[in-house]
Amino acid sequence: MTEEMIGKSVKRVKALEKVTGNATFVHDMEVQGMLHAKMKLSPHAHAKIVNIDTSEAERLPGVWSVLTGKDLPYKVGLYLVDKDILAVDKVRYQGEPVAAVAAETEEIASKAIELIEVEYEELDYVLDVKEAAKEDAPLVHEDLDELERAPVFFPKEGTNIAHHTKIRKGDIGQGFKEADYIIENEFELPMVDHTAMETHTSIAQWLPGKKVKIWSSAQSPFAVRNLLANGLSLNHQDIEVNVPYVGGGFGGKAGIHFEPLVTCLSRASEGRPVKIVMSRMEEFNSVPVRQGLYSKLKTGVTKDGDIVAQETEFLWDSGANADYGVNVTRAAATAGAGPYEIDNVKLDSKTVYTNKIFGTAYRGFGHLEILWAVERQMDLIADELGMSPYEFRMKNALRRGSETITGEHIGESHGKITECLEAVADEIGFDDRSSDDLAENEKRGKGIALLHKAPAMPTNTGTAAFLKFNENGTVDLTLSLVDYGQGTYTALAQIVADQLDMPIDKINVVWEQNTQMQPYDWQTVASKGLFMSGNATIKACEDMKRQMKEVASQPLRASVEDLIIEDEKVKIRHHKDQYVTFEELAMGYTYPNGNGIGGPLVARGNYIAQGLSDIDPETGQGHPALDWTYGAHAVEVIVNEETGEFRVEKIASAFDLGKVINKKNVIGQIQGGVIQGYGSAVMEHYQFSDEGRLLTNTFTDYKVPTIADIPELKPILIENAQKDGPYGARGVAEHPMISVPPAVANAVQDAIGIKLKEMPVIPEKVYELIEENKDN
Amino acid sequence: MRTIELTVNDRVHKLDVKENDILLDVLRKKLNLTGAKEGCGEGECGACTVIMDGEAVTSCLILAVEADGSEIETIEGQSIGEEISDIQEAFIEENAIQCGFCTPGMVMTTKALLDENPNPSDEEIDIALSGNICRCTGYYSIRDAVKSAAEKKGGNK
Repeated sequence: MTEEMIGKSVKRVKALEKVTGNATFVHDMEVQGMLHAKMKLSPHAHAKIVNIDTSEAERLPGVWSVLTGKDLPYKVGLYLVDKDILAVDKVRYQGEPVAAVAAETEEIASKAIELIEVEYEELDYVLDVKEAAKEDAPLVHEDLDELERAPVFFPKEGTNIAHHTKIRKGDIGQGFKEADYIIENEFELPMVDHTAMETHTSIAQWLPGKKVKIWSSAQSPFAVRNLLANGLSLNHQDIEVNVPYVGGGFGGKAGIHFEPLVTCLSRASEGRPVKIVMSRMEEFNSVPVRQGLYSKLKTGVTKDGDIVAQETEFLWDSGANADYGVNVTRAAATAGAGPYEIDNVKLDSKTVYTNKIFGTAYRGFGHLEILWAVERQMDLIADELGMSPYEFRMKNALRRGSETITGEHIGESHGKITECLEAVADEIGFDDRSSDDLAENEKRGKGIALLHKAPAMPTNTGTAAFLKFNENGTVDLTLSLVDYGQGTYTALAQIVADQLDMPIDKINVVWEQNTQMQPYDWQTVASKGLFMSGNATIKACEDMKRQMKEVASQPLRASVEDLIIEDEKVKIRHHKDQYVTFEELAMGYTYPNGNGIGGPLVARGNYIAQGLSDIDPETGQGHPALDWTYGAHAVEVIVNEETGEFRVEKIASAFDLGKVINKKNVIGQIQGGVIQGYGSAVMEHYQFSDEGRLLTNTFTDYKVPTIADIPELKPILIENAQKDGPYGARGVAEHPMISVPPAVANAVQDAIGIKLKEMPVIPEKVYELIEENKDN
Repeated sequence: MRTIELTVNDRVHKLDVKENDILLDVLRKKLNLTGAKEGCGEGECGACTVIMDGEAVTSCLILAVEADGSEIETIEGQSIGEEISDIQEAFIEENAIQCGFCTPGMVMTTKALLDENPNPSDEEIDIALSGNICRCTGYYSIRDAVKSAAEKKGGNK
């Protein structure tokens, strides 16, 4: 046997290329004859486009094409197809592109943009999600009935409601009758940005015969191809999408973004390739964000601490488009009670248009947002009951035998959230509130928050993998899941090495993606990559082993059943000195007399989500979850009870990830995710002027964590196997950032008793609440 | 247009540049050294960090004409073929790389730090690297990599 592969901290695939500056991102690419694109952006939150004068821009030497919304009668999107490529007739948010130019240099393109004159007539606008949900609010989209959509979404014509998910379990009225206490609270959180370090960048080249070649910083090459084909009425096979190295995604590069715009610009520029690179300011202003959320929770509990009923309203601030937002609303609703067993639930989750930059997927896909509300509510209830937040959670947490709010039964294959809870409480010393070491006015607090999430994806999501041998007995793994930093390719290489019993350095995962060469993958999102592509890869390895045995059985004169794979050889089980090497089989086995059999080895595996069903539109009952990953954070904080300043001393984070494939990479994933969640918790927020202009559109105004901001962090890995996961593994990509904000706020509440309901948790807000408490 | 002389990774270049050309663009577009990246264009993220006359600088904020006559080190000068520097080795070993976009800037800031201070404390590391944003790693592995690189170079005893 070669060495144990699974669980080992194998070095990250392509680390050498990245650390030497040799990794080529689309950011770095130039294509022969390439033009540069720039966009004219709307200064208004909501305005009718009266006229656009592009004549001066068109006359500027070096300009190849100028486009406006009138030239592009297409809608593009994934779930609710509501996105214009350039604004048509009206603008719906400040920062919306209204015109675009392709020119020989970036300088000329920028100059041309300045020469475009747009005449607007301002319209009434709506920025607040609660206002936008009202009947008489200004309408962001007037044509909801006409939009194409996936059949599981239900826009409401004549309103700003793009979708409404309902979950109904038990008898909510009866539930509240059984309650001794009914606790109601409202919670809010703002939009935030992904801030991947590589801004969105795409190149497109229009080719004769309505063909297109694209290079893009995209998470999902096949989604780009599919949505471009649908949006522009092109044939799938005529679109080639290339994805090289991608500088971070976090959901922000899922779906489709600027690929249609550069495709149309190239078409209008006689097929010259066109590149667009978002400036950081455009990335903040014009590239979709994480939605804001207003939540209202009403919870019934008995005096013993049993949650008997919960009524929830989520209003998602989706901004001006809801293409992706509707699915966030739906997916998060199915997890909307948190990881607790509640018999009687009424939950309404609505996607609401406002006149702001629009929302999309962001690591956690709605779960950070809903769990801000749920996990704050848990501590507010525990406080009301005079119960420990730890005990209260332990009493109500989902466990084997529980039924979720969509009617799924927690069984043998699920992880254990109670183990996560125990582990973080133990690590943080939850019962210890010693204060000897604190300065005057300082108080120590400890907070806990739980989390759960399953992949949000269509019930029939599929993926595939190819394996091929090279002449020297090494193997290439080809698949179109993208590794933009998660480390999935390293884990998949380990899986191939283990399955085929080969050294890891003989496995090459083909890095750059091309939709004409790689087999299909739906999207690189949802923490489903390792689970689904891992299973497809195992199936490809099984196919390869079967083929190798079939060929080897002939020279070995043994039946396939009597052969085993070991040490890069096919051996006779009980006569291991009789074997054929992989290298001898790679291109077909050759007998001493020159006869060849077999042929070059090529294998394939695929995987489709199994046993999933759409949720019922009226009750939300169904089985949408591939696998649930559970986790918990515990936070220790020291708060100054006079000034509201606080510092997070330590975070402990535990996840039941089923099985560790690469320990170092999974810890890296947890560290990165927790700190992203920490950014959401204590500093990041989009702020708009009263006119709907974004005020936080640079790194000077929109702060993200730096190395100087990070608290001590202890990741804890718990392994209760997922029966259908590869080696028992389940996804843990998004989960680390979920529930960090409520854990921090719960710790602040524990320290000084103030009840935060708005994110982010910043000293100014803590101070305000301290002062309010004094007044009361 | 002005002619400037830049010594980049020990190689001398005479270049015609415009008065408003940015050093980062000259490195990336005229010299094809694309390791340094533009993450923000306003000196806030550190992805464009190179070493100019011994100091780590954000090359997106420096005019090419300001760099006239200076010695510049970029990520491309840190390795020769397969042979990589102690810092690069440490970044790989400590898994201080995820998407890799910020990595060249991180490595160059680390080099400038360790050239000046071979034995930095955690706080000194944090101060030196606080201008380099990484959205993937959460920085723990990067801090470990800087410490491990210092040890490899004989510091941090």
